[in-house]
Amino acid sequence: MSIVETEAGLTAEQRAAIEAMAGHYDDKRAACIEALRYVQGHYRWVSDRHLAEVAALLDMSRADLDGVATYYNLIFRRPVGEHVIFLCDSISCWVMGREAVNAHLCKRLGIQPGETSKDGAYTLLPIVCIGHCDHAPAMLLDDELHGDLDAVRIDTILGIQP
Amino acid sequence: MAIIHIDDREFTANPKDNLLQACLSNGFDLPYFCWHPALGSVGACRQCAVRQFANPEDTTGRIVMACMTPATDGTRISIADPEAVSFRASVIEWLMTNHPHDCPVCEEGGECHLQDMTVMTGHAYRRYRFSKRTHRNQYLGPFVKHEMNRCIACYRCVRFYRDYAGGADLDVYAARNNVYFGRAEDGVLENEFSGNLVEVCPTGVFTDKTLSAAYNRKWDMRSAPSVCVHCGVGCNTSVNERGGQVRRILNRYNGAVNGYFLCDRGRFGYGFANRPDRVRTPVLRDPGGSMRTATRTEALDALTKTLGTGGKIIGIGSPRASLEANFALRRLVGADGFHAGVSAREARCLATAIEILQAGAVPTPTLREMEAADVVLVLGEDVADTAPRVALALRQAARGRSMEIADRLKIAHWQDAAVRDAAQGARSPLFVASVAATRLDDIAARTCRAAPCDIARLGFAIRHRIDANAPSVEDLPEAMQALAGEIADALLAAKRPLIVSGCGLGDEAVLRAAAGIAQALNGADRLPGIVLAVPECNSMGLALMQGGSVEDAIDTVTEGATVIVLENDLYRRAERKRVDALFDAAANVIVLDHVSTATVARADIVLPSANFAECDGTLVSGEGRAQRSFQAVFPKDDVQASWMWLRDIAGTSEWHRLDDVVRSLASAMTQFVAIGEATPPGDFRIAGSRIRSEPHRYSGRTAVDADRTVHEPRASVPEESPFSSTMEGYYGQMPASLIPFFWAPAWNSIQSLNKFQDEVGGALRGGDPGVRLFEPNGAAAPRPDATAPGQFVRGPGQWFVVPRRPIFGGEELSALAPAVAERIAAPSLALNPADARSLDVENGGMIDIDFKSGSYRLAVTVAPELPSGVAMLSVGLPGMDWCALPGWGTPRRAEPAP
Amino acid sequence: METPLTNNIRPDREPLDIEGYEQAGGYRAVRKVLGGMAPADVIEAITQSKLRGRGGAGFPTGIKWSLVPKDLAASGPHYLVVNADEMEPGTFKDRLLLEGDPHQMIEAVIVAAYAIQAETAYIFLRGEYFLAERRLRRAVGEADARGYLGTNILGSGYDLAVHVHASGGRYICGEETALLTALEGRRAVPRAKPPFPQTSGLWGKPTVVNNVETLCNVPHIINNGADWFMGLGRGEDGGTKIYGASGRVRRPGSWELPMSTPLCEIIEEHAGGMRDGYELRGVLPGGLSTSFIMADDIEVKMDFASVEKVGSRLGTGAVIVLDQRTCPIGMLRNLEHFFAQESCGWCTPCRDGLPWVERLLAGIEAGEGEMDDLDILEQHVKFLGPGRTFCAHAPGAMAPLASGLKYFRAEFEQHIHEKRCPWNEAH
Repeated sequence: MSIVETEAGLTAEQRAAIEAMAGHYDDKRAACIEALRYVQGHYRWVSDRHLAEVAALLDMSRADLDGVATYYNLIFRRPVGEHVIFLCDSISCWVMGREAVNAHLCKRLGIQPGETSKDGAYTLLPIVCIGHCDHAPAMLLDDELHGDLDAVRIDTILGIQP
Repeated sequence: MAIIHIDDREFTANPKDNLLQACLSNGFDLPYFCWHPALGSVGACRQCAVRQFANPEDTTGRIVMACMTPATDGTRISIADPEAVSFRASVIEWLMTNHPHDCPVCEEGGECHLQDMTVMTGHAYRRYRFSKRTHRNQYLGPFVKHEMNRCIACYRCVRFYRDYAGGADLDVYAARNNVYFGRAEDGVLENEFSGNLVEVCPTGVFTDKTLSAAYNRKWDMRSAPSVCVHCGVGCNTSVNERGGQVRRILNRYNGAVNGYFLCDRGRFGYGFANRPDRVRTPVLRDPGGSMRTATRTEALDALTKTLGTGGKIIGIGSPRASLEANFALRRLVGADGFHAGVSAREARCLATAIEILQAGAVPTPTLREMEAADVVLVLGEDVADTAPRVALALRQAARGRSMEIADRLKIAHWQDAAVRDAAQGARSPLFVASVAATRLDDIAARTCRAAPCDIARLGFAIRHRIDANAPSVEDLPEAMQALAGEIADALLAAKRPLIVSGCGLGDEAVLRAAAGIAQALNGADRLPGIVLAVPECNSMGLALMQGGSVEDAIDTVTEGATVIVLENDLYRRAERKRVDALFDAAANVIVLDHVSTATVARADIVLPSANFAECDGTLVSGEGRAQRSFQAVFPKDDVQASWMWLRDIAGTSEWHRLDDVVRSLASAMTQFVAIGEATPPGDFRIAGSRIRSEPHRYSGRTAVDADRTVHEPRASVPEESPFSSTMEGYYGQMPASLIPFFWAPAWNSIQSLNKFQDEVGGALRGGDPGVRLFEPNGAAAPRPDATAPGQFVRGPGQWFVVPRRPIFGGEELSALAPAVAERIAAPSLALNPADARSLDVENGGMIDIDFKSGSYRLAVTVAPELPSGVAMLSVGLPGMDWCALPGWGTPRRAEPAP
Repeated sequence: METPLTNNIRPDREPLDIEGYEQAGGYRAVRKVLGGMAPADVIEAITQSKLRGRGGAGFPTGIKWSLVPKDLAASGPHYLVVNADEMEPGTFKDRLLLEGDPHQMIEAVIVAAYAIQAETAYIFLRGEYFLAERRLRRAVGEADARGYLGTNILGSGYDLAVHVHASGGRYICGEETALLTALEGRRAVPRAKPPFPQTSGLWGKPTVVNNVETLCNVPHIINNGADWFMGLGRGEDGGTKIYGASGRVRRPGSWELPMSTPLCEIIEEHAGGMRDGYELRGVLPGGLSTSFIMADDIEVKMDFASVEKVGSRLGTGAVIVLDQRTCPIGMLRNLEHFFAQESCGWCTPCRDGLPWVERLLAGIEAGEGEMDDLDILEQHVKFLGPGRTFCAHAPGAMAPLASGLKYFRAEFEQHIHEKRCPWNEAH
């Protein structure tokens, strides 16, 4: 599966959902991070077009919203794969051997951290501690937490027969 | 006043200031980046570290940031503390980890605050041995260049552009040492104050693109104090010259007027002065009708012959020429023959404005005073177009409410981020009543769109609400009544309400309505102010001089008369066919100008005038402030100041220098009695020396002409001027109106300005430049009998067309500057959507519109906010014929040419 | 041994739903408080208990609450914000509480919000805590349906809305003022103090920000009293603490233990000691931004004052163990990489100093270091300290480095002199 190119604008339903989020705050813009993550939930990443639409919905300028979007680690302003692997690179995981896990992932996916596999299935990114230190090394595969990683576990998770 | 101790010496400080301000005001060289006197403190750069001690016994103390620490009484700090010194050097060392080391190719080099601060801290040796991060630069339009690799992330650019000027298209992206300052994508910076980034940025990220096109170092340019010629606000500027050309305009601080900032029209509009097609030599029309260049002698001979015939002489002055030039013309042609060179309608509006400001009871504030207004009503004037710097001041006034919240929470006003976090953009009430959307709407509490007469009616209704004795307004719709009540209540609740209006709509009733409100507030024991925007740089001065309109000149011209036109394109003032008739009737047309205009093309004799940069002269701003600008460019040809040409024509010999003209004017017309006080006289000297207009590091003087001659070019010696035209002369503390450029030991950038102020952010030493020519004398309260006009009734098949003079293109001279020309939008007629539909046109569609004076084919812009039956036409754009606006027009859908 | 915070939490089991939680004694504190305690009484009860913040700084919770202006009419609305942005590396206690017993969190929010008279509360949740987010949202819905949230709660006349806000992910959001800025939908740059959030916080209004674990203590204190709470600890500080251990220990995990439980007991008894072949060299006792405690001080009691006495901080109580087979320089490099990456970019020393530190450490680790580098590192320790930088991020980054330079000086020099990492071949 290839990376989704979002030519289409947000649907009426999505726009309504974002407006509802804005209702939780005294100031509309407070919903912007939530809204960007919501958009990302549907389109995997935030395109320029969607960014502009969210900005308009929340009475923000594009520059202003992009300043926010590019600040946070979990907002993607470039296309990502069908699945995103966030491999923890913080201390406990490092002590417990995340470099080897990282190397294995890179080998299996044929990419370096920050890249998306050729088939568009996986994007590999480092992430700071995800609070799974008692099962280090750990990673998030989309919104699922996986711990005690090693080459075998990785292959199982990726559905690769050793 | 607080007593503070700096390195065991006692100093005074304003307890409302922070310690950085206090140190700088007391003359210390304490380095800083993120703090800016107009933007306040945010504690980001950590450059101004000092050690603070709790009490005299405390010898340990702690490192604090001076900009984030109040200058309270008894504060004890050390700037010289070894750790503070070492820490400040470290800050530079950190900034330098990513900053390029290529000052020689950087356009900021030599006037770079980062260079200055680096030297000041003593950091000299590079220990960081790793690679530097790099960024991609953006295209930001014709004014500003972008080189992000030079960024030291002080955040000043976004704080100025977004927080101070209200811009929406420049921001900061990403995080950590990868922060990026720019637009969301390449494109023109939209905010009309973008040029200030050049001065706000402490290094070479944002630089002047127009300077870049013919680049020179600061030290290689002659500089003279000047006054902006692109609107009536009177911002002070410095003109930089090299090789006979204006190379750039810089802000010249005037604490009462422009403070630290200029608009982009003022900064980048100078390009007209360098145009290859500008008038440089006298031109004579041969009997056959063809034009030829002539020598000065030939021209003067021709003039003598022409004027010797003794026919009637009509003089037409100009609101873009100096007082002295206009006065010289007036003296040549006599009071009866002198015309002010503006349209009859504009003349009426200006006369009304002067009556309000002079004979009323309400003073017109300085820009600094405007910033302190607590409620503002903008009535019928789009100041963002007609007086941009005023709009920026109103933006600051609107922050007054935020400051009140800060006061309640005991947050100092200079704590910029804390004030913004606490107040969340809370704004003092600002009301905008206008025909169309304005660029102040984003900070307005309420906006109201109406036809000019209805705007006036709203004003009269507000006046009535404040002063029940003032006449009421008949048949005012309920919504307008309610709005009038709301605005009146807000104004009455204010301590320093401000009414802003102007000549932009060409409607005297609007001006009278504004005056009426101000008058009523005055009666209600408030301290109101009134600001009336005037169109051009010397509109006010010319109006004070009095004289007929261009139409009057046209009406009185007789066959065989001689017409002398001073720095004016009459085709911008009156209907084409009527101006043609004037020139056709005249036996001789003499035009003095520096730019090539349609009027110049009709002249029999053209005399090359000096422009604002090529001579000394006085302008009177809308505030009534007379200000002098000085010569920076010394032309090598026959160009000379208009007053000199007119003197030479008249053959009078008592005027040798500008001061002679000024003296004559002051004694001839009482309204100008004070203009001599605008600046010291031409024979002003300091320790026997003139003030130098070139920096002492000026280079290449002997080499500039080396391809033609080995002799050093002779310096032009201005006859009587406080300035020498070279690097020889005095530079130091000089009268505020005579500061050619800001430069101080250790401070090469424009931030050396700190050294010229009483206290940072305050007045220039010795008082801010300029002299106000009038204060309201209350002699005639503005027409107590003035009543509201009738309400707007749309005409059958007709639209009431009102003028809009866009910031870029709406002013004659700046529109000739190539950089500004890039920003000029095509002329268009704005209609509201229903009106556009009724005419069967869409946005961008073409329309033909007929006025009494002629027809236009224009693109349509659909503007939802426009009142029904009202259209708005952008006027004054290059190539557009003058049109009697406001006025009725009959539009119809343009049929494509067969 | 009482474990009030984790009583309802069982591994491998869904958390209690609202009925289960009520049956387990839940929402009693809400009933008690709304049934007749004045807000000031609630604050007094918490002040009495001497509960100190569990987020790392240890500020007394009751005092924090008491600084909120009492005059609602003058100050405008108040807000309670739960700092659930657990992002201190090595720390995983709040995730346990949020995932394991979401209703306990909500009950705590209601009591605390009532105490400071907030009508809106936000739970600022770490964006990567997807499971916690799902469970919290479900719990909020249940509480709302049951009348614990909304208008006129339990007929008391008190109204409260609770919103879950998932972060966009930045370590600095855990700093309370940066958290507020983030919650406003802006770049999470910290704010200068004063003004403190209690007077000018979210949208400039009085706001209290409390950590998850701190708040979870509140219902239990209301139910059982200050004396009970003080009696839970084994030292000066009252209550329990969720301690954790990670690294090469036999059973990494987190455990609710009496406050002041000795470090050696946590490692030996609860974490099962070191794995075979691994020896403990030192620990970071409370997350990344605390100084090393070396094996000699392993007996230290894990409470605020005791840990400070051995030159470190209790922090989050999440113990990260350094073993002898791990290169301490590599460990420092890893953690300074984290701090450099997570700098918000606001102030110069942090933004540009931390990447330099990281690169120096990486250079030394790779055998490309010079002795002068150690001086530069020492200088950073000094100049990235409190007061020099805008917030506590860089000082936090310097705590482990400062202690590392002290304790691992020999290793630093060995790397530099041998131009290699001695651990590289050992692995």
